[in-house]
Amino acid sequence: MFYSLGRYIILLRLSFKKPEKFSVYWTEVMREMVSVGIGSLGIIAIISVFIGAVATIQVAFQLSNPLVPASVAGGISRDSTILEFSPTISALVLAGRVGSSMASQIGTMRVTEQIDALEIMGVNAPGFLIAPKVIAGISMIPLLTIVSVGLGLCGGYLACVITRDISPSDFITGLQADFNPIIVTVCAVKSIVYGFLITSICCYNGFYTEGGALEVGQSATRGVVYSCVMVLFADLIVSSMLL
Amino acid sequence: MIEVKDIYKTFGENEVLKGISAKFEPGKNHLIIGGSGSGKTTLLKCIVGLHEPTKGQVLFNGENFTEMSFEQRVPIRTEIGMLFQNSALFDSMTVEENIMFPLNLFTDKSRSEKLDRANFCLERVNLEGKNKLFPSELSGGMKKRVGIARAISMQPKYLFVDEPNSGLDPQTSILIDDLINEITEEYKMITVIVTHDMNSVMGIGDHILFLNQGQKWWEGSNKEIANTDNKELNDFVFASKFMRAAKAKL
Repeated sequence: MFYSLGRYIILLRLSFKKPEKFSVYWTEVMREMVSVGIGSLGIIAIISVFIGAVATIQVAFQLSNPLVPASVAGGISRDSTILEFSPTISALVLAGRVGSSMASQIGTMRVTEQIDALEIMGVNAPGFLIAPKVIAGISMIPLLTIVSVGLGLCGGYLACVITRDISPSDFITGLQADFNPIIVTVCAVKSIVYGFLITSICCYNGFYTEGGALEVGQSATRGVVYSCVMVLFADLIVSSMLL
Repeated sequence: MIEVKDIYKTFGENEVLKGISAKFEPGKNHLIIGGSGSGKTTLLKCIVGLHEPTKGQVLFNGENFTEMSFEQRVPIRTEIGMLFQNSALFDSMTVEENIMFPLNLFTDKSRSEKLDRANFCLERVNLEGKNKLFPSELSGGMKKRVGIARAISMQPKYLFVDEPNSGLDPQTSILIDDLINEITEEYKMITVIVTHDMNSVMGIGDHILFLNQGQKWWEGSNKEIANTDNKELNDFVFASKFMRAAKAKL
């Protein structure tokens, strides 16, 4: 475990060395941002709407008590969407979509000697392959989380319109009541941390792939599993520190 | 000149290279041959710095490459071209982008100059007009030729080639050998080729290094190979009936 941790840290240090030529690296960063950001928009939109809707329906069900104002469900739904559902569930989905793609891409490059080809040319392979992906992760995953929060709340509103468990006006009232801005800070910190963890852990697993197609698949799976576990661990740490 | 001095390489308990020394001179094709597991590719990877030797030195024009840091190696590496066994073209880039990649990173040429150089390299390997194709759209032989075009794009002093004929039909193999031979003479490069192919050995082997069980077993030229009394080398080179018949006619 300490061997892997040490190797992970050394790889990250190598990844953020001064680039050979900034313009070539910048092109790679842009390419990765499009892949992570635009490429994940569809799946994030779908899961966010459904999660927002389900969260609202379940909260409304649990608070169906004449002594509790109906608008409270809107507030709880908002806080749980911003604090937990959007950043964490989006991160877990993105670990599967983005992380596995990164690990298998780099793993394939390793087993087909493309990484050796980079090193022979004198290119800092970790810097060229990993840094753009990590930068794309820590910049695009927070943006995707913002989209997810917005769509999650829209999903909650839609659930109110469709099911009438609580009225849409009560839901809107709940959304606006007792808003504490710290939850937005926590959400932003979580998404940045998750972006870093997902991309760096998956790239690490891909970079040290040895063997052939079977091992590439195993690296991708290992990358997704480790990054999901670390996301949940980071969730606990960030929540306990900031709330 | 490249000089390899007493190279040892161990993986765990397994000693793959056992004290190999050799000199590689410009303008010649240097072939490293030997059976599977004899340490050919490991030696090549030690020379180019993909593996660090357990003991010994690799000198590029007298400079000790093995003791250099990654940054110190960069100027020498920009003078190295390498063709890998599976070509190792970057999948996400077109043929043209593959060839221009080292030029983008290590030169300050304008885009049109880089394009001209890419076109020249493609013409040199008889692949003009294939600029916009992706590696997945190329045949095995074409991939090798694009690999050679990328390797020569920086006008290297040293060309390293790992199994250039693997997976190719005999005609394409000869085409690739001839191309490597022409380029070596044209640019006065030091070309080091790891191969199993006996056509290459007899055709372009100016200097041959035969490895057996991690040791240098024999060294000489393709002209000398037929007359050697080295048993292991004879068993390896003249393993097929065809080669034995060819030897008998010599």
